[in-house]
Amino acid sequence: MELSEQLLQYLLSGLSTGAIYALIGIGFSIIYNSTGIINFAQGEFVMLGGMLTLFLLETLELPLWAAIPLAVLLATITGLLFERLAIRPLRKATPISLVIITIGGSILIRGLAMLIWDKDTHAIPSFSGDEPIMLGGATVLPQHIWIIVITIILISLNKWFFNHTISGKAMRACSYNPRAAGLVGVDVRKMVLLSFMISSAMGSLAGIIVAPLTMTSYDVGIMLGLKGFCAAIIGGMSSGIPTVIGGLILGILESLGAGLISSGYKDAIAFIILLLILFIRPQGLFGKPESERV
Amino acid sequence: MKKLMIVCSMVALLICSATMAFAAGTIKIGGLFSVTGPASFLGEPEKKTLEMLVADLNAKGGINGQKLEAVIYDTTGDATKAVQLATKLIKNDKVVAIIGPSTTGESMAVLALTEKEKIPLISCAAGIKITEPAAARKFTFKTPANDHVAVEKILQYAGRMKQKNLAILTVTDGFGASGREQLKTTAAKKGFRIVADETYSPKDTDMTPQLTKIRSSKADAIICWGTNPGPAIITKNVKQLGIKTPLYMSHGVASKKYIELASPAAAEGVMLPAGKLAVYDVLPKNDPQQKLLKDYNIAYKKAYGVEASTFGGYAYDAFLLVTNAIKTKGATAFQIRDGLEQAKKLVSVSGIFNMSPADHNGLDLSAFEMVKITKGDWALLK
Repeated sequence: MELSEQLLQYLLSGLSTGAIYALIGIGFSIIYNSTGIINFAQGEFVMLGGMLTLFLLETLELPLWAAIPLAVLLATITGLLFERLAIRPLRKATPISLVIITIGGSILIRGLAMLIWDKDTHAIPSFSGDEPIMLGGATVLPQHIWIIVITIILISLNKWFFNHTISGKAMRACSYNPRAAGLVGVDVRKMVLLSFMISSAMGSLAGIIVAPLTMTSYDVGIMLGLKGFCAAIIGGMSSGIPTVIGGLILGILESLGAGLISSGYKDAIAFIILLLILFIRPQGLFGKPESERV
Repeated sequence: MKKLMIVCSMVALLICSATMAFAAGTIKIGGLFSVTGPASFLGEPEKKTLEMLVADLNAKGGINGQKLEAVIYDTTGDATKAVQLATKLIKNDKVVAIIGPSTTGESMAVLALTEKEKIPLISCAAGIKITEPAAARKFTFKTPANDHVAVEKILQYAGRMKQKNLAILTVTDGFGASGREQLKTTAAKKGFRIVADETYSPKDTDMTPQLTKIRSSKADAIICWGTNPGPAIITKNVKQLGIKTPLYMSHGVASKKYIELASPAAAEGVMLPAGKLAVYDVLPKNDPQQKLLKDYNIAYKKAYGVEASTFGGYAYDAFLLVTNAIKTKGATAFQIRDGLEQAKKLVSVSGIFNMSPADHNGLDLSAFEMVKITKGDWALLK
């Protein structure tokens, strides 16, 4: 097999994993931008997406087209409850204690999922079959196409929401200066709640579209969450294109690294990039250094 | 207030002495399983199996007229905790033998203690270091077959199929690392060539990069060593990439769960060495283990509503070995140790045990059957 074909395969594999990282990363960024905290429970919403879909498919025997929106809805409600019960009562707390609370929340959600369902890994059927599609010497599955298409749609929707709707603009205002936004009549608390709902919906959808390829279990959220976090850091915590590019870079580098160097270092790659970015360009790959006006 | 305290302590004393009086006629054995935590897929069926067997034995009148009591603790997969609990079992509960722990790491930590205290330990973990060197493991036994037995089983078959160039893809945890080591040494010894040596981490979600690399290595066969879900993802990836090279899996995925996860279509043609419990319904009628396996599976299903697993089988073996030792030798720690070491032709779940002073595992190649997945079910390979 020729090297060019191999490279194409690595790229395609990297793109589809990267798209998932991007979706999860954007979830991190949205919450960060409206509250200033890193929500480490983000990965658990990815898990909830997969596990809820499985539950709706197998236990309630719903068809796939009904199970997916319902699972996203349920995960969004969980995100809403999480904000209401764990974050809002402590709005006066420092960001660091809120971050710790999100870690606690993630352990709680994971534990509940383990008790409600089980510790096993489960498969979810692909959306449209498992027949591989040839793409110039490399192969992809129909599910990969679903992942790419859904990611593009979600990111476009996201961009439109933040740039062209009142709520989206209000959320951006909160991220620049919550106090000033409050003064001009933006309900900051509502925006925080909204940010949790949007990112839990996006996270759960990421978990659903990836589950047919990767399977799902109560603990898939940890690693996916961390990789998404890396993507967000590369993108400088932007809730737009930079984080998407961050996710794709991460996915492709992982895949190339595993294929060309050694598969043993696959996870190390993500964390080396994370550290490098934090040391050298803490504002992200594309961001300008923050300047404080005196 | 003072009076109340005195009354309370009196009551407490009474309860204590009452249970002690009750315990006098029973033989106490300990169980250390990682019922929760990352290795819970091992510990949970082990605990359930042991509880089921003890209840069953006592309902039938116990051993030599005495009741058996199992004191079971959850180690959560933590070696430090396992040692603490083992100390508790020996000092407080005064057990005569300990079954478990579930993982190799925990077993290595606990056996240092049990060897010193001279309490027989029957580990349910597979690592070869648990029972070797035999001279330093007088009180330590284990029930799962050594990894190299499964490796040899695969290589024996691959040799017959004239597959000389092998690609290996192993998971980067204890199970995979041990498998990788055994694969490399055994392959070298038997004249195979390893043309690709790839790894993946337990939580990886896409192994197409590794497989793309393996595809370009021109291997005659791919051997994958891991436990679910990795191997299931790999099986799907192999199908996606259209790789036609024969694929072998380890005994770590010898359950229907693997076929279900990978989907029967993708798993078609995958070969693996399976413990006989997984395939008992396709074994020939004259197989000595067949009846025992069937009875175990039916009893387990009746008690817990799910199929028995190979892992629960490890606790079954340990229980059978201990009760056999008590029956033949007696119920002190030393008598049990001697009984364990002298177990011969003991038919159990993992295989037929033939212990000796040099071999505290007692299983050989016959513990596994090579099977091929055909239409979502197992078919024996001759």
